[in-house]
Amino acid sequence: MSPDLRILVVEPDQNRVREIVDALNAAGWNDVKALGSVSALDRMVKDFAPDIVLIDLANPDRDTLEHISYVTQTEKRAVALFVDQTDDNLTQAALNAGVSAYVVDGLQMNRIKPVLQTAIARFKIMRQMQSELDAAKQALEDRKTIDRAKGILMRQRGVTEDEAYTLLRKTAMDQGRKVIEVAQALVTAADLLT
Amino acid sequence: MTGTVVNCGYVPLVDCAPLVLAKELGFASEEGLDLNLIRQPSWSALRDMLALGHLDAAQMLSPMAVAMSIGMGGLTAKIDALMVLSVNGTVFGVSNSLAQELGSVPFGDARAVLDQIAGRKGSPLRIGVPFHYSMHRLLLSYWIAAAPTLSIQEVTVPPPRMANAVAEGDVDAFWVGEPWGSVAVGRGVGQLMMTGRDVWQYAPEKVLAARHDWVSENEDTVRRLMRAVFHAAKWLDVKRNKPLAVEILGRSEHLGLPSDLIDPALTGHLLPQQRSGPVEVQRFLQFHRHAASFPWRSQAAWIADQLGGDDDDLQTAKACFRTDLYRQNLAEIGADMPGASEKVEGSLQFETAVASSRGHMILAPDAFFDGRTFDFSPKSR
Repeated sequence: MSPDLRILVVEPDQNRVREIVDALNAAGWNDVKALGSVSALDRMVKDFAPDIVLIDLANPDRDTLEHISYVTQTEKRAVALFVDQTDDNLTQAALNAGVSAYVVDGLQMNRIKPVLQTAIARFKIMRQMQSELDAAKQALEDRKTIDRAKGILMRQRGVTEDEAYTLLRKTAMDQGRKVIEVAQALVTAADLLT
Repeated sequence: MTGTVVNCGYVPLVDCAPLVLAKELGFASEEGLDLNLIRQPSWSALRDMLALGHLDAAQMLSPMAVAMSIGMGGLTAKIDALMVLSVNGTVFGVSNSLAQELGSVPFGDARAVLDQIAGRKGSPLRIGVPFHYSMHRLLLSYWIAAAPTLSIQEVTVPPPRMANAVAEGDVDAFWVGEPWGSVAVGRGVGQLMMTGRDVWQYAPEKVLAARHDWVSENEDTVRRLMRAVFHAAKWLDVKRNKPLAVEILGRSEHLGLPSDLIDPALTGHLLPQQRSGPVEVQRFLQFHRHAASFPWRSQAAWIADQLGGDDDDLQTAKACFRTDLYRQNLAEIGADMPGASEKVEGSLQFETAVASSRGHMILAPDAFFDGRTFDFSPKSR
């Protein structure tokens, strides 16, 4: 454990910031700061001189962060994207979890690794939660579309709700498509015709 | 779809058009490919995903491919540029307040714009560019080097936020790819002063990039991918196809932008200021004509040279622009091939006929604004 490491987290979402910082604190790193956007990064890098900067792989501010890292040298040490050629697993795990790390030159691997492992674990959980949320939202959207398609069939063909759904499902099976795709096509066509 | 899946990264800009059309118009499926276009949130992310094997190919800033290959920037990897995806297509603009300070300058006159900017007093200009290893930044550096007393501060801003950065006074000027320059004008926060081609008339902007080892291991897929993109690029440069191209790009989930923002780049009719008439810029954005997609080794060498590379770096850069694969994979579908794989960059002032596999081809002017020429052939070094 290296409690003296200075870690900077760049993340606009307050809830996510708390999750990441808490996880790092719980693992014993207390010198952790967070930044919502990169606009103040220049000064932060100079004043705080972080050893490691953590940022979401999908954050559009990454290009800006990289540039600032190149030009702002903390205590004359260059900052570089962390890619470990000797431990491809760790790099791939970071990529899969969606976290990128920038590390000052000369920092020893055994000091970086635990930080990265903690961050990877936390990002993984957050990503999992996000994809579950997205899936739930999508399911709700699909439900609404299928309900509209059923309504259109019930009105146009004078069938019951169950019969309308059976018709949608049969059409989908015959065409090798998903029920939601058939429902979408029907809703689109109905919108065009009215 | 049962084709070979190719995961291809891109950034939503007008010049990703060859990839979008290769998919949407079926050029990829005709080659037996299931082209899976994966939108990337930043150039850094695109680079990492390609280098670490999560993407097979990608639309890449041409200097990024060279920088990675010669070990500059964040991540070193052997990257091949299979072909040039687009030539030119960037604009330089200034905020309203800077425009007022500079007064009237003829649009597209790189020398006059530079003189006006260099003659200005006050703090260094903050100029927004999308990425450090981009053609935008190289052209900017090359251009301002002609005014040694001028000092600027380079600020990296993601293109979709450029107009905001101008509006909020975070940058005084910007160099960006379309449609983001037209967006700044449309929002009334800035005006365009010139385009990238006013500094270099034929600059390779984006390349179709892939990892060198993936290219060697997937010869057949590479051939089919290059053909599909070549056909799409050829289709895109036909004048009568432009309205449809604008519509497909605007509608597609890939760009998701209104047609009137895509039209200026594809037609070359730019609106420099809100209340001005449109300006027609010849060869504003080229995909196919004048051997646009041919990855000239001298272009790679120019990039490496501008990045501060030594002779070895120049050789490495040349080798990653795969003219060999271009010739091998595209000759049989009727692509005309220039006789040489290198040219003296900057030497063409006018359209010029050169020897080619089918007789002769017309190359477009490639002159620099200051008239310099760059000969990277072995005998001249």
